[in-house]
Amino acid sequence: MTVCVLNVDLQTDATLQVDISDALSERDKVKFTVHTKSSLPNFKLNEFSVVRQHEEFIWLHDSFVENEEYAGYIIPPAPPRPDFDASREKLQKLGEGEGSMTKEEFTKMKQELEAEYLAIFKKTVAMHEVFLCRVAAHPVLRKDLNFHVFLEYNQDLSVRGKNKKEKLEDFFKNVVKSADGVLVAGVKDVDDFFEHEKTFLLEYHNRVKDASAKSDRMIRSHKNAADDINRIASSLYTLGTQDTTELCKFFLKVSELFEKTRKVESRVAADEDLKLSDLLKYYLRESQAAKDLLYRRSRSLVDYENANKALDKARSKNRDVLQAETSQQICCHKFEKISESAKQELIDFKTRRVAAFRKNLVELAELELKHAKGNLQLLQSCLGFMKTNT
Amino acid sequence: MADTDREDEELFTEPSGTQSQPASLSTEDVSANTNGPNQDALFDDDPEDLFAEATEEVSLDSPERDILLSDGPSPAITPITPPTSVIAPRIGHTHDDMFTHSSFDEIEEEEVDDSFDINISVSDPEKVGDGMNAYMAYKVTTKTSMSLFKQREFSVKRRFSDFLGLHSKLASKYLHVGYIVPPAPEKSIVGMTKVKVGKEDQSSNEFVEKRRSALERYLMRTVKHHILLKDPDVLQFLESSELPRAVSTQALSSAGLLRMVNKAADAVNKMTIKMNESDAWFEEKQQHFESLDVQLRKLHISVESLVCHRKELSVNTAQFAKSAAMLGNSEDHTALSRALSQLAEVEEKMDQLHQDQANADFYLFSELLGDYVRLLAAVKGVFDHRIKTWQKWQDSQILLQKKREAEAKLQFTNKSDKLQQAKDEIKDEIEEMEGRVQQDERDFEQISRTIRKEVGRFEKERVKDFKTSIIKYLESLVLTQQQLIKYWEAFLPEAKAIS
Repeated sequence: MTVCVLNVDLQTDATLQVDISDALSERDKVKFTVHTKSSLPNFKLNEFSVVRQHEEFIWLHDSFVENEEYAGYIIPPAPPRPDFDASREKLQKLGEGEGSMTKEEFTKMKQELEAEYLAIFKKTVAMHEVFLCRVAAHPVLRKDLNFHVFLEYNQDLSVRGKNKKEKLEDFFKNVVKSADGVLVAGVKDVDDFFEHEKTFLLEYHNRVKDASAKSDRMIRSHKNAADDINRIASSLYTLGTQDTTELCKFFLKVSELFEKTRKVESRVAADEDLKLSDLLKYYLRESQAAKDLLYRRSRSLVDYENANKALDKARSKNRDVLQAETSQQICCHKFEKISESAKQELIDFKTRRVAAFRKNLVELAELELKHAKGNLQLLQSCLGFMKTNT
Repeated sequence: MADTDREDEELFTEPSGTQSQPASLSTEDVSANTNGPNQDALFDDDPEDLFAEATEEVSLDSPERDILLSDGPSPAITPITPPTSVIAPRIGHTHDDMFTHSSFDEIEEEEVDDSFDINISVSDPEKVGDGMNAYMAYKVTTKTSMSLFKQREFSVKRRFSDFLGLHSKLASKYLHVGYIVPPAPEKSIVGMTKVKVGKEDQSSNEFVEKRRSALERYLMRTVKHHILLKDPDVLQFLESSELPRAVSTQALSSAGLLRMVNKAADAVNKMTIKMNESDAWFEEKQQHFESLDVQLRKLHISVESLVCHRKELSVNTAQFAKSAAMLGNSEDHTALSRALSQLAEVEEKMDQLHQDQANADFYLFSELLGDYVRLLAAVKGVFDHRIKTWQKWQDSQILLQKKREAEAKLQFTNKSDKLQQAKDEIKDEIEEMEGRVQQDERDFEQISRTIRKEVGRFEKERVKDFKTSIIKYLESLVLTQQQLIKYWEAFLPEAKAIS
């Protein structure tokens, strides 16, 4: 698993390379083998691996978010939790219904469900890997201590998932943040660049969300159609074996054809899922992370302005002026630091986004063409055979 | 008795008067009184009456009594004479030139001479009238070079109930002697109501198109049958500018008739008439058709599901296209923005492509399967009629036996005064029964022969039908893929142009 599907322009420099070399799916968890190659002096070895679970990735992500030093960066979005529930349920249902179908049907369905499980598995591995690659590529984040511990410490990090209290705290924090966000968003920015970015990101984020949902629905319909073709192929096969006329050869040939075309159709749906749906989902998360950055900047701007007001007040009353001055200095410095890095981050975001979309759209078109041509050839050769034999 | 007169019409002799044999499912139970006006009042003029189906009743002893209510110049059915006596199309008044033959066998041989060249199209659906009395009129155009017809190309206007009326007439004439009469398209109260109410929306247009296509296939299947083609009712249907309204087609809609046949068939089974099948061919064929029916139904369900999902895919693709366009609008990188708009356009074209493919799935594949599921029901009906015919023969034999026993008993009684009279009577009755038994046996042999021929013809048609339709369907799939390739090939450079 060495392909970072969503990031094209990562400097694959020798100083730090991270990938997920292996993964194991157990009953209710996935174990990822995180493999690092580095020439940096911080690490004991040049090459090493550790086993990590999803919660540990989340811990790492949250530690970035909570770190004030990183307020001016787009924090790479956390990978979504591995979700095999639906797939597992289907496999279980299949097991229960084994008695009611023929052996061929059962084997066929089992193979499909296993393929589906494998696809979901591959996806979750890819998404965890992308997260790590983004961190490793970021000039500041890659130096983070927690990140190094994550990569190197070969014992369990004992990171437990958040308990109820902590989850509730998080919930309230988010409520405050969104309420705040509304207030803060109302503040018009002096800086044109950030003003533009704010309006852009708000609209973009919503539209990516919509596109992502619609893309998912479209792909699901595609999968359903492919499943139907599968059943049609089976029925035609039975017809072919039972018919007493010359249709039996005919049915068998068409059944064979549909078996093949539906595999192609399934692949089309899977590729669309990978190149389109996943792309949109990822940029949904990244645009949210960018929005969060803007929010933090606005927050710091508000703090800065408040500090200014407090300073003026202190000066007019001639009380606690020094305190107010230092406070104002800190706020100013923080704001400027965030603004500077934020600008660069947002520019990088755009570059990354454009590159990722380009790569995926090109690959999508190429795959669609490949599959359509494959389908066409199957259909034409079958038609050719049938027309000469009638 | 009657057979001595008309030897060349073995099929069409009729024992005197009406006969009713409670034990058997007689098809000739007729009395003029049952055709009273009350029946007409019950059945509303409009065949698509919402409550039409509610008045259907099926009773085992007079399954085809209601047939006699249909009017029309076709002499094949008159209220008095039982149907079996006039099966011969030779009695057609308007087509004397054709009907100089007296039996089916000769007509069948003739088929080879006149090459089958006829094409029927159903088109131009037109709404006639308003409100709940409205109906759709279809133009039925026949193009032919056969001498059977007066012209080479001609059209008439027909409505749905006319088709149902035609089918009911053909079914009543030919089904019970073993001919597989193609079933008419099914009624749809919901569909028709929408059309009547005047909803000019897509679903009612789709309904009309679906029906038009089904009617066309129905007519083509009917005329492909060399016997049915020459039936005066069929010819009248195709040629006459005016057709008398088929009343009471409700009880005899294809669904209704089918139901009657099926109920009768069920009754046969329930009475556990285990026929001593002397001919394994029939049992084999019946089993073959039964398993074919099961398989076709299963396949039909899967194809219907495919049509449904493809339509869904089309809708979802359209929605995604809109969403992608919006995304392209808000994207502030110009080249990417343009590429996303292009993607939206491609997806819009795909939506249309999926829609077209769903139609092909439906008309070329799904409807073919639906038609054959219904046809197989007609085939089953014909086999069941054979069993009924056999049963009738058996019953006659039993009755004959009884009469012979009665005669034997008479020989040993000594009441001299009425004895001679009784002996004479019994002798007459026995002679009559013997004739009946012979007739029934001939009927049975005839229907068996007919079914053999029909099954052969049916299977040949089936092979041709499936091959043609499926090849057309595959060609539609080819077209879709070719279009897909075109669209994505146009898009690829746009995607690559993002810098």
